[in-house]
Amino acid sequence: MTAVPGQTVGPFFHLGLEYPLMNELVPPAHPRAVRLHGRVTDGLGAPVPDAVLEIWQPDPQGHVPQAPGSLRRDGWTFTGWGRAATDPDGHYQFATLEPGATEPGRAPFFAVTVFARGLTDRLFTRAYLPDDPDVLAADTLLESVAPDRRATLITTREPGGLIFDVRLQGDDETVFLTYPRLRDAWA
Amino acid sequence: MELSQADINREIEAAARHPGGPQPKHDYPPYRSSVLRHPKQPPHLIDPESIELWAPAFGHRDVADDEADLTIQHAGTPIGERMVVAGRVLDGDGRPVAGQLVEVWQANAAGRYRHQRDQHPAPHDPNFTGVGRCITGADGSYRFQTIKPGPYPWRNHRNAWRPAHIHFSLFGLDFTQRVVTQMYFPGDPLFGYDPIYQSITDPKARELLIAQYDHDLTTPEWSTGYRWDIVLTGTHRTPLDTDEDVA
Repeated sequence: MTAVPGQTVGPFFHLGLEYPLMNELVPPAHPRAVRLHGRVTDGLGAPVPDAVLEIWQPDPQGHVPQAPGSLRRDGWTFTGWGRAATDPDGHYQFATLEPGATEPGRAPFFAVTVFARGLTDRLFTRAYLPDDPDVLAADTLLESVAPDRRATLITTREPGGLIFDVRLQGDDETVFLTYPRLRDAWA
Repeated sequence: MELSQADINREIEAAARHPGGPQPKHDYPPYRSSVLRHPKQPPHLIDPESIELWAPAFGHRDVADDEADLTIQHAGTPIGERMVVAGRVLDGDGRPVAGQLVEVWQANAAGRYRHQRDQHPAPHDPNFTGVGRCITGADGSYRFQTIKPGPYPWRNHRNAWRPAHIHFSLFGLDFTQRVVTQMYFPGDPLFGYDPIYQSITDPKARELLIAQYDHDLTTPEWSTGYRWDIVLTGTHRTPLDTDEDVA
């Protein structure tokens, strides 16, 4: 069966995709909240003010959340999923918890989806926690990416937060991913 | 220099000479906004692992039943052709995608979005927002009551018009199946002129985005009906994983 083709989210996605607290997987005042944020830029380095990112992640213990409630946050349930639109400067932000390793010794990461006006189909990538160089060095994906592009997949730590910029095009273009059953998705 | 429709048509024809498979081309110059926003490096192929083998869970806690009816969100009745769009969400192996979130948004009957950035001088409808959500049934079914959206102009080139469409946002059984797309109506005369629709260079694949008129979904004295079944890519999880999900 042929999968339905994707189409751009267009310029008016805020209408259908935005809802209250969509980018607050935990309240920002949560004692373990981190700010995951960054900028989305185009091939000239200009901000992309009409992009939307989604993150999907395990909880800090490495468990995969399977509780509903991402659309109506109760302030207590960690659903592991969130959505953030970029502002006029191309900046997005999430309040969340740091992902844990789903198996011992594995490098923890956020799974990230990127949509934008001008992007004909969504893009997949990962945002790894930056802390443990040994774990990162042993990661299957990072190991298979050219060394000069690996950094595009790894967040930068700052006080209280993690920075993850997305460059859609250009010399320091973010590494985007495809999966065996999606290979046809790419021309 | 402002480009004409004829210029864009030539570019669409040129791109069609190098078909890119069933998914849209990321590098598709006739859609001008894509020029600086598509990755130039090929995507990196990996086997999904960890969180990528799971999808976020949504449920009836997230979405109220009446969010699937876009015609009852205001005090009055929206203007336009009342219609139903219904179908099933299936994964690439034909299994229903049950209990998952479907989000839609659209222009009103006059071709105007309720969005600050839409400056097309067609009327807003005070009784129509154009946003709906639902959770699929056990058989993957979804159903929205709405009004038929109008076509509208945009600024890709001179006299550019989008075919009437409804935006659909879909989740699957694992993270890799996430997709946002657009549903179109049969026989739209604007298909050939639209670089967004034509960014899918395989004609058979493009047709997968067109709903079919379905008289069985049409209700006497009330509403026309369209059927649109949606097949996602294949899941990377085994049937066993999925069974465990249900247990």
